[in-house]
Amino acid sequence: MAHGPAEGITRWLYTTNHKDIGTLYLWFSFAMFLTGGFFAMVIRAELFQPGVQLVQPEFFIQMTTMHGLVMVFGAIMPAFVGLANWMIPMMIGAPDMALPRMNNLSFWILPFAFAILISTLFMEGGGPNFGWTFYAPLSTTYAPDSVNYFIFAVHIMGASSIMGSINIIATVMNMRAPGMTYMKMPLFVWTWLITAFLLVAVMPVLAGAVTMMLMDINFGTSFFNAAGGGDPVLFQHVFWFFGHPEVYIIILPAFGVVSQIIPTFSRKPLFGYSSMVYATAAIAFLSFVVWAHHMFTVGMPIAGELYFMYATMLIAVPTGVKVFNWITTMYRGAITYETPMLFCIAFVILFTFGGFTGLMLSVAAADIQYHDTYFVVAHFHYVMVAGAVFSGTAAVYYWLPKWCGRMYDETMGKLQFWLAFIAFNITFMPQHFLGLAGMPRRYADYGLQFADWNMVSSVGAFLYGGAQILFLYNVVRTIMHGEPVKEAKVWEGAEGLEWLVPTPAPYHTFTKPPVVISGAAGEDEWSISGATPHVAFKASPEAG
Amino acid sequence: MFKKALAPFLTCSSFVSMKSLGAESDNSVMGGGLTNLNMPRGVTEVSQVAYDVHMLMMWICTAIGVVVFGFMFYVMYAHRKSRGVEAANFHEHLGVEILWTVVPALILIFMAIPATSALLKVYDTENADIDIKVTGYQWKWQYEHLGEGIKYMSEMRTSIDEIEGREPKGEHYLREVNQPLVIPANKKVRFLITGNDVIHSWWVPDFGVKRDAIPGLFTAAWARVEEPGLYVGECTELCGKGHPFMPIVVEVKEEKDYDLWLEGKKEEAAIYAATIGKDWSHEELMSKGEDVYKISCAGCHQADGNGIPGIFPALNGSSIVQGPADGHIAVLINGIAGSSMQSFADQLSEVDIAAVIHYKRNTWDNSVGDIVQPVDVLNFKTAQ
Repeated sequence: MAHGPAEGITRWLYTTNHKDIGTLYLWFSFAMFLTGGFFAMVIRAELFQPGVQLVQPEFFIQMTTMHGLVMVFGAIMPAFVGLANWMIPMMIGAPDMALPRMNNLSFWILPFAFAILISTLFMEGGGPNFGWTFYAPLSTTYAPDSVNYFIFAVHIMGASSIMGSINIIATVMNMRAPGMTYMKMPLFVWTWLITAFLLVAVMPVLAGAVTMMLMDINFGTSFFNAAGGGDPVLFQHVFWFFGHPEVYIIILPAFGVVSQIIPTFSRKPLFGYSSMVYATAAIAFLSFVVWAHHMFTVGMPIAGELYFMYATMLIAVPTGVKVFNWITTMYRGAITYETPMLFCIAFVILFTFGGFTGLMLSVAAADIQYHDTYFVVAHFHYVMVAGAVFSGTAAVYYWLPKWCGRMYDETMGKLQFWLAFIAFNITFMPQHFLGLAGMPRRYADYGLQFADWNMVSSVGAFLYGGAQILFLYNVVRTIMHGEPVKEAKVWEGAEGLEWLVPTPAPYHTFTKPPVVISGAAGEDEWSISGATPHVAFKASPEAG
Repeated sequence: MFKKALAPFLTCSSFVSMKSLGAESDNSVMGGGLTNLNMPRGVTEVSQVAYDVHMLMMWICTAIGVVVFGFMFYVMYAHRKSRGVEAANFHEHLGVEILWTVVPALILIFMAIPATSALLKVYDTENADIDIKVTGYQWKWQYEHLGEGIKYMSEMRTSIDEIEGREPKGEHYLREVNQPLVIPANKKVRFLITGNDVIHSWWVPDFGVKRDAIPGLFTAAWARVEEPGLYVGECTELCGKGHPFMPIVVEVKEEKDYDLWLEGKKEEAAIYAATIGKDWSHEELMSKGEDVYKISCAGCHQADGNGIPGIFPALNGSSIVQGPADGHIAVLINGIAGSSMQSFADQLSEVDIAAVIHYKRNTWDNSVGDIVQPVDVLNFKTAQ
């Protein structure tokens, strides 16, 4: 069994190894992150001053559309799939993913999807220009011809996501090491298991939405065309039935990452493990029944509007439980502030801030004023960037030494953190003010009363972009000539199976499963971080 | 300007709603300054309940934030390893876990009460004194005073030269229209909002009115404004490249002024109707047609008539434009189904349609030479 990877490019093309595929996902998502970031820089450069200077409004809305699509489907989702590929088998004591060939396929169709999507920018008539939410009929009757390529690309992304999540479900259900019961799994595994179910449930809905669009555009149906007996609002219901769970698909794995890292650097077990699991499940359930809070201005009947308002407010309860658990995990710990911990603390603060604005947005009467303004843009960047992206960054710093056997430069990591943290807030805090003062989103140009805060926001965005270059440099430098790390347990407070395998993690791990044995709290040599401390591993794993 | 940023955080700074167009304006600060931080309280019951519930939610969230983050910062300071603390090992406490589930739930119930009553206010659209039909077009608004037979388009007045920086930007940049919506003060006005092509959204922050303008459906909102003046709003649903360029201006007049204005509008319409039968000259049609073309056609087909390849077809050299006049009239009256070419039958008068068709047939490289009269358009319409 002890063979290493194949040589050359075929290693990556033909690989069925979960670590290789995880690496591919992570590099792909980073490339997409820089691409989507470049689009954001174009947006912020155009909005630096009122007036149309750099790009025409037509191209501007293509940029906002592509920024959203690339960041959501190309950067954040694949990044967490990459982490899942790398970490889930190592966390549950499995030798690989359950369906390794499908794993290869689900990655390798992604670059084609995004090549198709991005190529539309160079087509006659331009790329998608209808926002990442692509509301009909702007995305059907009034769309550029390239919309068919967009639909095809979305189908491929959806297929990739569905295969990836089926693989995760199959792995977690079938390949846990003996004794690794569900309620002993690390929280990252739990959040991904629940996320995978969300993906399997809603990606087909997205596929249905774009297929109906395809029919309306090319085959004369009228799903979303009122003139033919259809309903443009139907599109929004279908889209958000996918779209709201989608935002939890993005954030739940991030919750999992934070639940691994905070205990490590607090040197204390995660507080309220089981309530974390139940809260995650509750959030996932609620995510299916609140979708129309994105549509408070479409003129729903008041009963519907009230229902969606109450249901949305309810999400604050399980989300609050998670935040309280993280803080209580830190309470009476022995905290150190390495780069991953800094990103996680920033996550807790800024994500909670985004949660507060989310609660404000749930109040329908006030939402009528907030809806489709920069207040909403600020809100979802607090939860997506300071939430998902910060936790993804934390995860890379946290596990990078385990992956490549080298330690990153801590000073540079901290510098990146502070730059990203400050720049993020300079970028997005003013957008709350812009939105409240009345600036709608997706505006290529704006009235003079919004000029000052837009300039501040643009400066912050450029700084934030710069922080990512520092990130790239730090990671590449670490892989090439970082300080070698020998200890299996890279971090003093780290617990869990992934810290039992040698550093760097060999190409094959847990070819013989470890045995997970329950013991009394405090007596065990090993316990899983993010799990109850009643878990011990008596057998040491065999690597290679 | 950073001095202003230090002004009390989140005070209620009034939304710069140019209430005194032409007159001295208190919001002429170039760039808007940095103190413009909050939602306007507005001038209607709906906007005020929205503002109140917004402020309530914000203060509750602020209070929770102070407590939670305060505790977190204390922990981050006090329980650092560098202070030599030993980590505890507890990981559960049923009591606090129940507490921090139940208390937030109670706070939510407390929030839901004002949130519900505010929403009931928004939906109170019954018993209106006046109905206005608002129709969103790419990229302008049409207002119809139902029962009065008055209907007009409202389009942005800011020039492309100001937008593209060839001329200095005026004080009301992107916030000025050729014809504001006019409504009376102290009357309950109901807006019945719909869209003609894609979805738009009609938002006047000071009224607390934001409703999507959806083709094929009507949504309703209402406002009773006490203070006459000008109120500005914007389109808030992405509707294509002209999305930022279809502002809303509402002029609220005292009731007697409103009645006078309505009379004037009716007379204007009568005079205009009389010109349909008149024989228009080539020069008259060309000059009127050029104006109409710039406002209604050039956005897509471009000022030079060459369109944008792949999206908007060229009119210069087009066989429809140069073919029989009836074919061209048919396109403007009916639009082209399944494309973004909309019907202009309700947007432009017969005179405008005749003028713009005549203009297009006799400009750029097109030189058909015949004359299309308003009465031809009228005959085409009645024949349908």
